[in-house]
Amino acid sequence: MNQLNNFTKGLLRENPILVLLLGTCPTLAVTSSAVNGLGMGLATTFVLFMSNVFISMVKGFVPDKVRIPAFIVVIASFVTVVDLLMQAYTPGLSSQLGIFIPLIVVNCIVLGRAEAFAAKNNVFSSFIDGMGMGLGFTLALVIMGSIREMLGAGAIFGFKFIPETADGALIFILAPGAFITLGFMIAILKKINKPS
Amino acid sequence: MEYVIILISAILVNNIVLAQFLGICPFLGVSTKIETAVGMGASVLFVMTLATIVTFLIQQYVLTPLNLVFLQTISFILIIAALVQMLEIILKKASPALYQALGIYLPLITTNCAVLGVAILVIKNEYNLVESVVFTMATSIGFALALVIFSGIREQLAIAEVPKGLNGMPIALITAGILAMAFMGFAGLV
Repeated sequence: MNQLNNFTKGLLRENPILVLLLGTCPTLAVTSSAVNGLGMGLATTFVLFMSNVFISMVKGFVPDKVRIPAFIVVIASFVTVVDLLMQAYTPGLSSQLGIFIPLIVVNCIVLGRAEAFAAKNNVFSSFIDGMGMGLGFTLALVIMGSIREMLGAGAIFGFKFIPETADGALIFILAPGAFITLGFMIAILKKINKPS
Repeated sequence: MEYVIILISAILVNNIVLAQFLGICPFLGVSTKIETAVGMGASVLFVMTLATIVTFLIQQYVLTPLNLVFLQTISFILIIAALVQMLEIILKKASPALYQALGIYLPLITTNCAVLGVAILVIKNEYNLVESVVFTMATSIGFALALVIFSGIREQLAIAEVPKGLNGMPIALITAGILAMAFMGFAGLV
């Protein structure tokens, strides 16, 4: 029951993007389409649960004073792994996401979970927490990517549902649309979590 | 002429916050007052320029010749973290006045993805050292500009009547969206 709670809290109640407001940079930058959101979300999820597991394993050996630099090295290693894997197997997506893959290192969600959860809990709970948080992040990215793609290009996951000659409201694919969409999504989730 | 183009495009056209989405956390976090926005902007200018010079030299003379480019992410983030720490210690001793002014913002900068982002962008764009410095300074001026404009708007927003559900972060983000729209007007410049 407790583990289930660890898992589900990341999805809605403590959703890293929409409630905790962590990791807004990649959120705004890569959600111009649902596919990009999904790719970024999964890459971050991988880094998140791998670093969570690893950090909770080594937390006993790392002196408290050098804790943060040690965590950063662990995270940066996993980010490099993801970066190289994506360059090899999904080169298209990799070039679409660009510098935001190496920037997972400074994504506050990853270091935040390492410091707030993995450094204090056992390996299994940390794994569950990383998965939950990662999937919550992915979920928010995919929803936001879908909304922007639907409004901006009239398509979803690349399939266009409006007439071939018509265009969407391009502004939603561009920078301003990112800010505005996220603003409204946060407002809606606030309402769901705390109905007044 | 080339430098002027880099300058204008980095400050206005490809503004780091409003067009490239780097450094959003401090942009939303410390932009409630104009003074803090100015302090943060100045600190970022200082750290970013220094960090880019160091990472550029490391990339040029250590990572590339030794075929260690895959270590870029790890080495850059460690360099930036160490640099910020060192800067804090040096400033404390050498210039207490400057330390007083920038002190509280320095630790925040390590987690500012704009610093690492620019260090990587400079390598990606294949700039030389002078171009890198110009690009970095222009980028951080653009960051400061966006921060100061936004904090001015938010000071007004604090006394405005906002629909209840949108209060706080949502309205700030929507405002940022409209500001980004205004900056898109510069697109024809370069």
